[in-house]
Amino acid sequence: MAYQNIFTQVQLRGELEAGVPLGPHNDQRIGPFGTSWLMGKLGGAQIGPVYLGTLGVASLLCGFIAIEIMGLNMLASVNWDPVQFVRQLFWLSLEPPSAKYGFTFNVPLAEGGWWIAAGGFLTASILLWWARTYVRARELGMGSHVAWAFASAIWLYLVLGFIRPMMMGSWAEAVPFGIFPHLDWTAAFSIRYGNLFYNPFHALSIVFLYGSTLLFAMHGATILAVGRYGGEREIEQITDRGTASERAALFWRWTMGWNATMESIHRWAWWFAVLTTLTGGIGILLTGTVVDNWYLWAVQHGFALEYPATGVVDPATLPGAPQ
Amino acid sequence: MNRLNKLVAIALPALLLAGCELGTKEQEQVGYRGTAMVQINDPDSKAKVGEIPAPPYELTAEMVAGDKAGTAYENVQVLGDTSVDEFNYLMQAMTTWIAPDGSAIKDAGCTYCHNPENMASDEKYTKVVARKMLQMTRTINANWKPHFGNQDNGGVTCWTCHRGNPVPVNNWSTAVPEPGNITGNKRGGNTPAASVAYASLNYDPFTDYLAGKESIRVGGKAFPTAASNASIQSTEKTYGLMMHMSQGLGVNCTYCHNSNNFAKWEDSRPQRVNAWYGIRMVRDINNNYITALGDVWPQNGAGPYGNRRGPHGDPLKVNCATCHQGVNKPLGGYKMLKDYPALKGSTPAPAVAAAPAPAPAETAAAAAVVKPAA
Repeated sequence: MAYQNIFTQVQLRGELEAGVPLGPHNDQRIGPFGTSWLMGKLGGAQIGPVYLGTLGVASLLCGFIAIEIMGLNMLASVNWDPVQFVRQLFWLSLEPPSAKYGFTFNVPLAEGGWWIAAGGFLTASILLWWARTYVRARELGMGSHVAWAFASAIWLYLVLGFIRPMMMGSWAEAVPFGIFPHLDWTAAFSIRYGNLFYNPFHALSIVFLYGSTLLFAMHGATILAVGRYGGEREIEQITDRGTASERAALFWRWTMGWNATMESIHRWAWWFAVLTTLTGGIGILLTGTVVDNWYLWAVQHGFALEYPATGVVDPATLPGAPQ
Repeated sequence: MNRLNKLVAIALPALLLAGCELGTKEQEQVGYRGTAMVQINDPDSKAKVGEIPAPPYELTAEMVAGDKAGTAYENVQVLGDTSVDEFNYLMQAMTTWIAPDGSAIKDAGCTYCHNPENMASDEKYTKVVARKMLQMTRTINANWKPHFGNQDNGGVTCWTCHRGNPVPVNNWSTAVPEPGNITGNKRGGNTPAASVAYASLNYDPFTDYLAGKESIRVGGKAFPTAASNASIQSTEKTYGLMMHMSQGLGVNCTYCHNSNNFAKWEDSRPQRVNAWYGIRMVRDINNNYITALGDVWPQNGAGPYGNRRGPHGDPLKVNCATCHQGVNKPLGGYKMLKDYPALKGSTPAPAVAAAPAPAPAETAAAAAVVKPAA
């Protein structure tokens, strides 16, 4: 007896599965293409069919244009030298317009206009992909849980790159496209606004982020542990609880007195993941618009500790100080 | 597991750990517990203090009291009140500090600045520069005492920066302006630049902050005010300057700051006050001494001793690393100035506040508060 879980992997070979028939207003699916032994090591061995459709094509096209704008701008910044492009890739950046342009779309391309264009195409691509996840799920008769979880991530993305810059009246507040540059932006953002760790929504976001990893580990471990009893057939176990489900539930009741159910654990996981970016987005949106220094705000609200003063005085406040 | 897998299993973790510095680290708690205010150093990669040249000979009281250089020699504009003996003693030391005899430097020795036929002549531009640098050194030692914690004999000599080189090794000049189009345009950063410890931050924070007087501060009050308008981009420039300071002094951020709120002075260490004066001292040096020399600096390619200007045409200037050279106290805090009284200067200090740093008693009390039980 061998089930398809990580310990006893059986790769099925046989007639390829084309999936359920679709209505007349749908495009043709592409594939299935065949099976892959390597992909079968990680998940299902069958590759395809892929449903591309109008939304998929439009999304990929916009995404391609966005990445192309970023990549070519970075390549231009190293004088079109492909070797330097590779060597400096982690440092290279496509930066938003500087503060002097405020929040207008009338920015010269070389001064940040390319950033707005890339951001526009990337946003279009992401929104089209969101619509694709929604429409495809509906076509399969599924719920729209994936689409709404994705929407939560898109909320944080839009807050960072569009909504907050709009509220601050400056594109310069937005995140640059680049590997180290966006990390430096993150550090500078926290320093500028008095330490984001004291932002309660940032704190909530961290709770849900770490909570997500904890839930993922607990759930993954539980299901793998009862895999020998068919525990990974979670959906069947929801309606027809078998010995795997019973043992898993009993384990948690023994160890912590209470157990999630085969159904509820997935709601826990979904909400933790969704709340990570939802609360994170709120925290970012309040930064600079409502609160300028989170540490001072937190001290004011009894949320942060004030340490014993070191006796140091700001020298700029002393009479006759040099400027 | 086949041989290849084993090889990968050994090589991959080794590769991932290749950037680590092995060995025991030194650590020292410098602030309140639980605030991560600790200095961590790898003794192997710490910058070395380096040798300090001894004075040319002993300077006795009779030598200091002798005839004045201003009457004995012609064209002595700065050290006129110094005795002839002390003047010659200092000249000899300066030669060792800047263009030592026997080095590979062209015209090493007295002739680096002087025409041997006529020592009083200002025909060599290096002599004009040296005079300005003497004025600068005396101003630093007389006016910028708060940077040295107001200590007796705290201050600099030529050696502090030069270390036997005509041009101090650590210097900066304004970056070439970015082109108007995107080709070759790095937006002043986004480059693995040594000046900001290889971060992708603005690699020339110096022009605006250490020559210009742009505000370095970005932190605001709890709630937004009209004054809280520092952009993320100017924050990154400030960040770049701080990376330079951290690297130039061989210290962490927490050497000065409590990272819970970088801007807050009440939670900072007294060293931050020294740094604050240091920044203003460096502006004084760059603007009133180095840049003030103007066309005394030869155009690049035209001078007898190599280039003294950056690619943008401005002279090579000073930042924190010029003196500090990776050490929080240059020369390990050795008070070299005690042997060279002529460099102390006596200019009154109109620009500097009378009580700039916290009083010693206050600081000691504060240290007692934050010191953990041994």
